[in-house]
Amino acid sequence: MAQFDEKISKDQFEPAIIDASTSERISKPSLNYWQDAWLRVRKNKGAIVSLVVIGILIIMALIGPSLSKFEFDKQNTKHANLPPRIAALENISWLPFDGTRTLKNGNVVNPYEQKQIEEYYWFGTDALGRDQFSRVWKGMQISLYIAFLAAFIDMVIGVAFGAISGYFGGRIDNIMQRIIEVLSGIPNLVIVILMIIVLKPGIISITVALTITGWVSMARVVRAQVLKLKNQEFVLASRTLGASHAKIIFKHLIPNLAGVIIINTMFTIPNAIFFEAFLSFIGLGLQEPLASLGTLIDEGFKSMIAFPYQMLVPAIIISVIMIAFNMIADGLRDALDPKMRD
Amino acid sequence: MIKYIGQRVIYMIITLFLIASMTFFLMKLVPGTPFKNQAKMSDEQLEMMLEYYKLDEPVPVQYVAYMTNLVKGDLGTSYQFANTPVSELLGARIGASALLGFQALLVGTIVGIILGVLGALRQNTWVDYGTTFIAVIGKSIPSFVFAGLLQYYIGVKLGWFPVAFWKGPEYTVMPTIALSMFPIAIAARFMRTEMVEVLGSDYITLARAKGANYFEIAFKHALRNALIPVITVLGPLAVSLMTGSLVIEKIFSVPGLGEQFVKSVQVNDYSVIMATTLLFAFLFIVVILVVDILYGLIDPRIRLAGGKK
Amino acid sequence: MSKILEVNNLNISFHTFAGEVKAIRGANFHLNKGETLAIVGESGSGKSVTTKAIMRLLPESNSEIKEGEILFDGRDLTKLSDKQMQSIRGKEISMIFQDPMTSLNPTMTVGKQIMEPIIKHQNMSKSAAKQRAIELLKLVGIPMAEERFKQYPHQFSGGMRQRVVIAIALACNPKVLIADEPTTALDVTIQAQILELMKDLQKKIDTSIIFITHDLGVVANVADRVAVMYGGKIIEIGTVDEIFYNPQHPYTWGLISSMPDLDTAEDELYAIPGSPPDLLNPPMGDAFAPRNQYAMKIDLEKEPPMFKVSDTHYAATWLLHPDAPKVEPPAAVMKRKEMYPGYNNK
Repeated sequence: MAQFDEKISKDQFEPAIIDASTSERISKPSLNYWQDAWLRVRKNKGAIVSLVVIGILIIMALIGPSLSKFEFDKQNTKHANLPPRIAALENISWLPFDGTRTLKNGNVVNPYEQKQIEEYYWFGTDALGRDQFSRVWKGMQISLYIAFLAAFIDMVIGVAFGAISGYFGGRIDNIMQRIIEVLSGIPNLVIVILMIIVLKPGIISITVALTITGWVSMARVVRAQVLKLKNQEFVLASRTLGASHAKIIFKHLIPNLAGVIIINTMFTIPNAIFFEAFLSFIGLGLQEPLASLGTLIDEGFKSMIAFPYQMLVPAIIISVIMIAFNMIADGLRDALDPKMRD
Repeated sequence: MIKYIGQRVIYMIITLFLIASMTFFLMKLVPGTPFKNQAKMSDEQLEMMLEYYKLDEPVPVQYVAYMTNLVKGDLGTSYQFANTPVSELLGARIGASALLGFQALLVGTIVGIILGVLGALRQNTWVDYGTTFIAVIGKSIPSFVFAGLLQYYIGVKLGWFPVAFWKGPEYTVMPTIALSMFPIAIAARFMRTEMVEVLGSDYITLARAKGANYFEIAFKHALRNALIPVITVLGPLAVSLMTGSLVIEKIFSVPGLGEQFVKSVQVNDYSVIMATTLLFAFLFIVVILVVDILYGLIDPRIRLAGGKK
Repeated sequence: MSKILEVNNLNISFHTFAGEVKAIRGANFHLNKGETLAIVGESGSGKSVTTKAIMRLLPESNSEIKEGEILFDGRDLTKLSDKQMQSIRGKEISMIFQDPMTSLNPTMTVGKQIMEPIIKHQNMSKSAAKQRAIELLKLVGIPMAEERFKQYPHQFSGGMRQRVVIAIALACNPKVLIADEPTTALDVTIQAQILELMKDLQKKIDTSIIFITHDLGVVANVADRVAVMYGGKIIEIGTVDEIFYNPQHPYTWGLISSMPDLDTAEDELYAIPGSPPDLLNPPMGDAFAPRNQYAMKIDLEKEPPMFKVSDTHYAATWLLHPDAPKVEPPAAVMKRKEMYPGYNNK
């Protein structure tokens, strides 16, 4: 097998100088947990697009109501039930922004011309002549506010409960676990509805109702993670060296819990948005003139056959926002979950 | 196993008791009377009504009476429909809800499992991306939004199926589709994950090394192992169907428990609200228990280990 | 001796996010009828990939056989269709995996799992297959085979499960049995039992075995010939005696020096410095050169060919070139060389 035609010069057989350090060189740059996670998230195009979409929607929720000339709660019955019309887009026939609507018999009418209205209502108006554009963004503002607040409260209670239960263990854990068992035995739908009936619908009462059972899943996840972490060598070592409980919790446990906490919170947000809209839809939502995406869909649903756009716009927006949040949550879970890491 | 079931049943009874008590006291906290929506009554009439329904007695007495009746299976009478026992009222409506829920669960799990298996077997192809997309959509779009769109485009515009009411099989089509979207999404997602994990496991490689062909691997070896954990999501799915049924029944005017519940909420019909709440809670707890037991029966690892949990 | 399996110039790449990983870079070896060939090497050297390639079990989505052939009974396995391959797997060539805890289907009885290949490949009736399966269970030393037949894998201990896996592999009297680190996941005492069982069974059913391991102790115990793999290549191949008593490649020297030994217990155990090569960007010359204290300039520039040491013994190191300087192998290797009868031939 040893066949070679070309002559190899003798000096080639002199000892080579091997730099010992090169053989130990690490070829890949070392990344910390968050850098690594970010690289993974960045590869997930859906999550990145969703992040941008949510960014835009949040900005719109904040500035949207003031972009329109019309207040979100200002009624103008003369301008009731106008279809959407946008100045620059009204002449593009395939876009639904020409201010016309199709009647049941198939005729196309333009209420703007019929009523000689000069104004442009970008998303049209509702039955009371209120501007849908500012109402939709105002509604989203409130929906997002409730969702973020509920998610935040869930996180605080859930993390504290789970961490204490898992970290101290023993009898404390036992009692706390029984509480969780009973709470999770109650369908959250039932709790939420009962609470709203008692508290009367409003931003705070809806938030409170959502958080009563909402924190349980967070507490469970955190407890499981803490139980796993607290017996790992680095925590045991720290304890052996005399670290206090507070130091162990804040220096060792919380940073390692961050991943699961973030993932869980990202799943709570769309869930809260859904429940708020759900409550509004069954008549337990915010009261007039306040609007949330749920109440807008509910109102739109009532006149859906005559004025479909009144339901369509908030329906599309809530769907987009739910899809975006779910995709980000999925992306984060894939990126942060240590179980999925290869 | 029997000891385990017994323990679970005791927990179940405690939970139900707590829910019943909580429901009762919360209802007592609600301001106003259950008669607020009826034609204006004089104070005397109101008093008579309160007395008739024993609502003038001290709360603890009412509580004891309520709980005793509950144990006897008496859920009280509706304030809204005078003198109709709640159990009768709910009994007349449970059929539609049960049929709708059953159809949706069946469609949801079967379609979901098929989508999930397809996605896993054709990993990282357009089939996989397509099923994942359906799952994300189904999980994200609220059922009432989906139902509304369905009703408008399929029912009103295309006229393929009746828009509302409950008069025959064709009336169940759209509510079932609307209600099964979420179960489809959850089942598909879960199934895909499980199937991918199972397909990557050593025993699948061993099965291939034995000379098993594609179908034997997918269906004889992988599917069974991937299906077992799917049972665990059946519980949460059934619960999501209850939530969904409230709005879906309202949208399609289905004469079921959900529609009744929404109506009762709007008119403060306490006894119906309390009874429906309890019924939902009861179903929820039973479903979870049945699912756990089922899981133990199907998975040989749990079955033979004596139901340890 | 006739060759039953021949691997020629096998090149396999994996396509990853980071780029093309050249896991196998021209592997050559053959397996004779009735012998046991051990393939040794550190993790990542390509031993498992090579055997998975023989079975065509590599994931199709990201791996690719770029070049080379795998001849079995005159047929090139790399060119067979999936269907043809299915009739070879489990019947002509079968495989035992590393971890018996995960390699059995948890929801299928052990008996059914053994019957599966029998029914598939030998067209036996169910009852005949069951008879055969119970026989096999007895053959691999499982007591109360009739009872055990009906049980699920989780009712078996690790060692017992590996016996079951062996029974599955032997179900159709395969011509070649590939054992991929079959004892690594087991306790030491169980390891010895399984090795004994395999040696015993090989005599009974006359099969050829490819035995993959990173444990040289196991190799000495079971193998007739040894192939040493490094960086996706076979760098030395020979009979057990040749590899253990007259190793030629500095990497083999390193492996042997790092083997614990009763005689050298007092000395510090030798460790090969550095880490395995990055197969994403394989080095230009000898892949082992950066870790080789005997490296010469040419090692960094040109890959060494296989030099013949004896009819059965080849090694890929420039040290065997006539122009290369004579070097003194490590003490542990020298001691072994002195024990070797044919020491004076080099």
